[in-house]
Amino acid sequence: MTVAFRLAAPPISGTLRPRLLGVAVTLGAVAFLLFCLGMTVGDYPLSVGKVVAALFSAGDYYDRVVVYDWRMPRALIGLFVGFAFGMSGALFQTITRNPLASPDMLGIAAGATTAVVGGIVLGIGSGLGTQPLGLAGALASALLIYLLAWQRGTTGYRIILVGIGVSWACNSATSYLLAHAKLYEAQQIVGWLVGNLNDSTWNLAVPLVIAMAVLVPVTVALSGWLRALHLGDDVAAALGTPVQAARLSLLIAGVALVAFATAAAGPVAFVALAAPQIAKRLAATAAPPLITSGIAGAVVLLGSDLLARELMPDTQLPVGVVTGLLGAPFLLWLLARANRAGSGG
Amino acid sequence: MIELRAENLRLAYDDRIVVDDLDLTVPPGRITVIVGANACGKSTLLRALARLLAPKAGTVYLDGRSVHSTPTRQVARQLGILPQSPVAPDGLTVVDLVTRGRSPHQSWWRQWSSADEAAVTEALRATELTDLADRPVDELSGGQRQRAWIAMAIAQETPVLLLDEPTTFLDLAHQIDVLDLVVDLNRNEGRTIVMVLHDLNQACRYADHVIAMKAGKIVAEGPPTTVVTPELVEDVFDVRCQVTVDPVSETPLVIPTGRHHAVTDRESEHSR
Repeated sequence: MTVAFRLAAPPISGTLRPRLLGVAVTLGAVAFLLFCLGMTVGDYPLSVGKVVAALFSAGDYYDRVVVYDWRMPRALIGLFVGFAFGMSGALFQTITRNPLASPDMLGIAAGATTAVVGGIVLGIGSGLGTQPLGLAGALASALLIYLLAWQRGTTGYRIILVGIGVSWACNSATSYLLAHAKLYEAQQIVGWLVGNLNDSTWNLAVPLVIAMAVLVPVTVALSGWLRALHLGDDVAAALGTPVQAARLSLLIAGVALVAFATAAAGPVAFVALAAPQIAKRLAATAAPPLITSGIAGAVVLLGSDLLARELMPDTQLPVGVVTGLLGAPFLLWLLARANRAGSGG
Repeated sequence: MIELRAENLRLAYDDRIVVDDLDLTVPPGRITVIVGANACGKSTLLRALARLLAPKAGTVYLDGRSVHSTPTRQVARQLGILPQSPVAPDGLTVVDLVTRGRSPHQSWWRQWSSADEAAVTEALRATELTDLADRPVDELSGGQRQRAWIAMAIAQETPVLLLDEPTTFLDLAHQIDVLDLVVDLNRNEGRTIVMVLHDLNQACRYADHVIAMKAGKIVAEGPPTTVVTPELVEDVFDVRCQVTVDPVSETPLVIPTGRHHAVTDRESEHSR
């Protein structure tokens, strides 16, 4: 049941949904805890209390050095990559009205991957760094999917099928590039391919944080259009939504979120698929809630990374392996459910 | 009162022209029903009137301004349309759906005003959905679902309301419910209504103004009593029939003849 309260101080008014707010705050607290816990792991022992103290510029000088200079890039990248994947998953799933239409299924992350790997192997744009390459690759594969599938009607398995096709094409291209890579390049790429936070540095974190500072508010600002598009093109247009412009800007926002996240941490599997569904089920809303999906994504990614480091402290297990292990059964469950309900398409 | 009018409309899907050189003025404050055989362009025309389809040529005027060059949100405050059999997302509740009808009236700082709340409450009451407000739309019966969509369009509070086959897939009782509701909106609130209906007898009963279309052209329009004749029905629907008087509403009642029944005197005297 939906409970909503009206808040009004004319001419300003709005609604408050206690359950959604509660879920968002709780998940936010969990994300913060995981963010801090992640920074306790390492050769130099730190307690959660010391990490929190260091965060607020208190505590021991060396603690602050360890937290800010060594460990924070990884925690920040985990936080924002998870947030970006969760939020873009919510965007795609709402626009297509299909829980399977997440950017990692559709080959958008795969497109970013191909571009980044191509950049490393062929030495193209090595001066540019991974972020612009990832963005270009994600945009190119999104454009391809849009041209092949999106022109007439947005729902149905057509998008998924075309997306899977594009995804495989990108994967083959990535494999081809890998086969031509030098040994040390291949080693660097393979670690990154599954989604990895082990190589996090401030150099990777800063562009990501800046991109998120722009993209997240823009996406939230567009959420009114997102709600309208969720009702289908005709109804959205009837309610005064400029459908083409709305869909295009939302897709660009979603693609940019994925692109920057992929460029920073690689194509971490299943976060974009699972986080919106987790948030939607916890908050009992019809469409995945944007911000809450982002927070859920951060929880999933930070939690998986912590798990990887706690379970195998010596092997530097990539976080994508853990999210893949957790995500595969989730995907199967989602497919089984979608089939039973006769929906999902 | 807001006037809806079309001039020299040409409507096409890609290269296939569906409607060509059509002029139309919707009588303000009345119920207009568009009838015609399948694929005659009636839904296409309705979509063009509601700016869901851009015309290849010609213009639709709402309140004297072209609907395609007026900001779409502004149009949405004056004209509402319920497309043919829309599908609600899984899990969306009735009250959430009806609330979406308010979005053309909302803004950044005005997300949920008392006017919004009043409009939603009234729309739920008018469609008798108040008790079902918190149920997911996809779990309702066909008739309830259609009423929920109509409630959304009502909450939009537009002086002009277009409905594309609002009775499709409904059983007889629910068809009458929906049509009676449309009459309420017209009589009580003075809304201009334009509907596409399949059932010619319902069109005769509920319309003030009937528009009969064939192959993308308007072949006749006017009050049902003057428009609906056996000749017209044979021309538009390719069906021989008798037309008598509806004992309930005293509007024309069309009774198709078919191949297996003899032509009676009455029909021959009407149609020859």
